[in-house]
Amino acid sequence: MTVFGYRLPGMSSLLVWGLLWEIVGQLGLTFFIPPLSEVVATLFVVIQTAAFQKALYETAYAFGAGVFFAVVIGIPTGILMGKSRLLDELLLPWVNIFLSAPLTALVPVLMVLFGFGMKSIIITTTLFAIWIIILNARAGVMQINRSLIEMARSFGATPMDAFVKIYFWAALPEILGGVRIGIIRAVKGVIIGQLLISIVGFGALFELYSSNFLMAHFWAVLIVLFAMAFTISEVFAYLERRVAYYAAKR
Amino acid sequence: MPQIKQTFDPGAAPVDNAVTVRGVSKNYGNVEALRDMTLEFPRGQLTSLLGPSGCGKTTLLKIIAGLLEPTSGEIMVNGKAVNGPGPDRAFVFQDFALLPWASVIRNVAFGLELRGVAKSERESIASKYIKDVGLAGFENSFPHELSGGMRQRVGLARALSVDAQVLLMDEPFSAVDEQTRRKFQEDLLNLVQNENKTFIFVTHSIEEAVYVSDQIAILLPRPSRVSEIIRPSGFREKGIDNIRRDPEYLDIVDEIWASLRNYVE
Repeated sequence: MTVFGYRLPGMSSLLVWGLLWEIVGQLGLTFFIPPLSEVVATLFVVIQTAAFQKALYETAYAFGAGVFFAVVIGIPTGILMGKSRLLDELLLPWVNIFLSAPLTALVPVLMVLFGFGMKSIIITTTLFAIWIIILNARAGVMQINRSLIEMARSFGATPMDAFVKIYFWAALPEILGGVRIGIIRAVKGVIIGQLLISIVGFGALFELYSSNFLMAHFWAVLIVLFAMAFTISEVFAYLERRVAYYAAKR
Repeated sequence: MPQIKQTFDPGAAPVDNAVTVRGVSKNYGNVEALRDMTLEFPRGQLTSLLGPSGCGKTTLLKIIAGLLEPTSGEIMVNGKAVNGPGPDRAFVFQDFALLPWASVIRNVAFGLELRGVAKSERESIASKYIKDVGLAGFENSFPHELSGGMRQRVGLARALSVDAQVLLMDEPFSAVDEQTRRKFQEDLLNLVQNENKTFIFVTHSIEEAVYVSDQIAILLPRPSRVSEIIRPSGFREKGIDNIRRDPEYLDIVDEIWASLRNYVE
């Protein structure tokens, strides 16, 4: 965007919103919104505390493990669904149900099944992320040019060759898109898991700060979380652009 | 017309056939795509399958390739029955079927890669064929950076580099422009002459079929069958530049159109 002949860098609008936040905070309208400057100052204090670093580690671990399982299970499942009509008929209704289901309501069931520990949090994270990854991988495979598959067969590709050398790569633009959205959903999953299952990680910090009305701390942690999710998602958006050159020409 | 030989001439001398199609039928549910088709493809020659759309020419080609199962009948390649794709046949696709994420050299070497040939060896074979089809210097380009004609040259180089005895070409020049197509047709004639391979060539262009073929099988639809086999004989030695104004060439083109006219909607 250009204003008065100057080209504004990306996301300049954040400055406007940051300024507005500062003004509303300084006016002291509500305890809920402390000034942004206070939040930022708190942020640097909070980051150095042992509690924060422990929370960061616990959250990163659950998030990493949850996304790992969602990707490792989700992508092959989606590809197989795209390849096999039978598997697709069997699984698609479930994928669609879980994609739109309020997964938070399932968390108590997971607690019964898998206990109150890290295991349940990881499974919650996976459940939030996996369905969109499956659906996207499936959609990517379903639009593969038939003649690419015939080409591979005619040159003697084994099913494994076709899977690794054709299906995966042909579906890669959609797969990356699915992983990107899945990761954003996984951030929700890991925090909901931490709040509902056992009060650990960032969930514990949110709980602690909001029940003690430490709003500056609360917002600081939220900003950190947002920044991390945004960074990961941008990395995947970058990878997606790297393969976009062939997305339209398969 | 002496150059026109009817199908299954009992008096013909035995020829060395690279591919034999015997009594092949193909049904899709109740739809009969091919009925009891029998055809022979002499070694080292180019045979065209020509006919109106829906006559099953691509279906027959894919059955020969082993990509489709015939409902009945059998395909023999070099005397051996076919039940699937094999290294004795290579396919050239109408829409090129290149891997858009792979460079030209990897695309050309892809057939060898699937056969487990080591990387350095398959790339040296591939670069030879990339040169042969006139794409030297484009080894590291990607398909989307090439024109349609160049892409089909990549597809051709891939089929040549696996060194199959039989080349199956499914309307290979229909997606390229007219001038590129003429160049391809001339190159194809040289290829047939220089490589000792058997070519099976599907086309819907009468002129193209007569121009490039040693033998033309006319297929007619509903039910799909071979109506006649034409072997142009007179103009092949007169040089590439003279084919299109040779009287025999023009007569055959007219005659084929006369027999196909009624089947074109």
